Amino acid sequence: MFFFGWQRLSKVTHLIVTGMVALGSSLSALWILVANEWMQNPVGAEFNYATMRMELTSFAAVLFNPVAQAKFVHTVAAGYVVGSVFVLAISAWYLLRGRNVEIAQRSMAVATSFGLACSLSVVVRGDESGYIASENQRMKIAAIEAAWHTEKAPAGFTLFGLPDVRERKTHAEVKIPWVLGLIATRSIDKEVPGIHELVEHATQRVQSGMRAHAALQRLRENPHDTSARSEFEAHRADLGYGLLLLRYTGDAASAAPEQVERTAWSTVPDVPVLFWSFRMMVALGFFFIFLFSTAFYLASRHLLEQNRWFLKLAFASLPLPWIAAELGWIVAEYGRQPWAIDGLLPTFLGVSTTSAANVWLSLMGFVLFYTGLAIVDVYLMVRMIRRGPDGLGYWPQQVTATEVLAHG
Amino acid sequence: MADYEMLRLVWWLILGALLIGFAITDGYDLGIGTMFRFLGRTDDDRRVLLESIEPTWEGHQVWFIVGGGAAFAAWPLLYAASFSGLYLALFMVLVALILRPVGFAFRGKLTTSAWRNAWDWALFVGGAVPAFLFGVAFANLFLGISFHFDELQRPIFTGSFVAHLHPFALLAGVVSLAMLVMHGAAWAAFKVDRLLASRAAVVGQVAAIVFVVTFLVAGMWLALGLDGQRVVSQVDTAAASNPILKTVEVTLGGWLANYRAHPVLWLAPGVTMLSALLTMLLLRMRRSGLAFLTSALAQTGTILTAGIALFPFLMPSSAAPNHGLTVWDASSSQKTLLIMLLGVVLFLPIVLSYTAWVFRVLRGEITLEKIRRHTGFY
Repeated sequence: MFFFGWQRLSKVTHLIVTGMVALGSSLSALWILVANEWMQNPVGAEFNYATMRMELTSFAAVLFNPVAQAKFVHTVAAGYVVGSVFVLAISAWYLLRGRNVEIAQRSMAVATSFGLACSLSVVVRGDESGYIASENQRMKIAAIEAAWHTEKAPAGFTLFGLPDVRERKTHAEVKIPWVLGLIATRSIDKEVPGIHELVEHATQRVQSGMRAHAALQRLRENPHDTSARSEFEAHRADLGYGLLLLRYTGDAASAAPEQVERTAWSTVPDVPVLFWSFRMMVALGFFFIFLFSTAFYLASRHLLEQNRWFLKLAFASLPLPWIAAELGWIVAEYGRQPWAIDGLLPTFLGVSTTSAANVWLSLMGFVLFYTGLAIVDVYLMVRMIRRGPDGLGYWPQQVTATEVLAHG
Repeated sequence: MADYEMLRLVWWLILGALLIGFAITDGYDLGIGTMFRFLGRTDDDRRVLLESIEPTWEGHQVWFIVGGGAAFAAWPLLYAASFSGLYLALFMVLVALILRPVGFAFRGKLTTSAWRNAWDWALFVGGAVPAFLFGVAFANLFLGISFHFDELQRPIFTGSFVAHLHPFALLAGVVSLAMLVMHGAAWAAFKVDRLLASRAAVVGQVAAIVFVVTFLVAGMWLALGLDGQRVVSQVDTAAASNPILKTVEVTLGGWLANYRAHPVLWLAPGVTMLSALLTMLLLRMRRSGLAFLTSALAQTGTILTAGIALFPFLMPSSAAPNHGLTVWDASSSQKTLLIMLLGVVLFLPIVLSYTAWVFRVLRGEITLEKIRRHTGFY
């Protein structure tokens, strides 16, 4: 109705429908993130050995998962920043060429105020996610910080460094004292655990997980085995760590200490990738705040057209929010490895048994297909933008000008 | 808390209702996608035919997506086993279905004939390939999918894509393609102006005959030439979902057991064929509105006929029949089913009333002049 109702609906009805499009898009993001954050922080569910799966215990716990709430605002606001930078960049391009000046200035003002609010909330809620992640994903935080050892509280934030995975230490560190401790624990006396300490903890969980796995096998054979059940109940929280062991040995019950140690170290995600992805994402986040606050200042003083350097900067920023968003997903998803569901289901057990050849085939298919579509899409967008509201003959008719933007 | 057995039955019906909703609504979009290139001889003709589905096809496709979602949430084992078991087939459906929105969005942006032609063919693929493969997929349920469960209860698939192209499956592909073309033709005859409408009506009559004949042949094949499955061990309809504990017997013609046990069920295939024949007659008499309704009844009957034959199976296994998925051993937990049922009760009326409003806004015959008035681009 949004696309097809321009001439069929009254203006008010169409505005309501437009609002529905915005609401619907944001709500679908909510449910996607509730599902995704359950994988980061699986609450409200319990493993049932009779069905060999996690089953829902509390829908409210899943919905109000604190990680999901923070990530929802963070991700949706990041999406709004993508939209704002897009409008800002294209409007800047028109201003640089002196075309569609009136509509470009107006679009820029809207994009700027919206973008400023959103880029601020991306960073604030990102900080909130950082705080929350430290509660249940300490390993991710430690890897992002390349914090090999627990520091004395409050921990410093590593601004620069060269994480070395083989030696398990970070070279040429530049640290800002206190900052990490403040972000991650909101206190000056709590410690942020380091990788070595977390691996030690994981080792204990693998050992407990071995017992959970053995008890589970006995229960599968005889569901009425009460001693197996009580053993399973005692160690069920660590079952995932027992399953993780299966990657290194077929026989989890009699794993050698080296295998246990290897498993425990496998819970550390790729430190250099996370370290750098996170830093680039945060730098971009602050850059957007700078971009929008400058635009806000210039727009409110009507100085946009005089400051061509800024218009060029705004246009050059076009691809940056996408890069920042992708980096964010790398931190979130790659940082959760080796888990598909944090602490419960290892990724190697979570994948389907579809043959590698089929997966390659479909992956290549999608890459080719989407690359083709992307080329056509960009071609059409560039063509549309070049023609612009003036070239399409719609300006100064206001309704159709908005329509062109909506289709863009 | 509601009875687990009842919840499972209700969710089996909901899954069926979603498939029926998809066939009735998006079915005619797929049908028109398949034939608009041939039915419309000029770009203007094609534009009119596309306009008859463009505003609503995306909403219709949501029935399918919700069906996938319902399988994911209510029948997780079915979802896991079918999406990895039918991996390449679903990949092809997905690519074809992606061509549809892209075709609609891009086709009108340039006016060169090479551009329009390219997207016309993309839309053809987006209509015909899914319409055909849905039949193939359904037939493979009767043939059984080659999978079993390992000791961690993960479905392990051992078949191949080529094996899914059994002659019976290809026949079923023709059944579903003819059914959806019939449906699309009835809609076009109802919705577009005179000359195009009469051409659509002719296509619809041919499709209806092809549908009735292939439907009948497929039924005979099922009765006389294919193995069916039956659970022979004691079934606890309210037990925790574990699909590897039962014993399944395989017999020739076994898929007709439900019909033999309850002859009243023969109504489903009977109504299906009768409605298709009525559709043909009504199209001949140019009563296209009624023809669309009887065609919708034929869609409903076809899916019911297949569902009844399979019951209680959702997805039989050919590699390990005992591991096949049934309504009683492949569902989510009782609590999940109940919470989702509340969701359905809450949101279904909203969805239905919105859909009704959309069709009210878009009512009326489609002509080229109206399109020119409504959209600036064409």
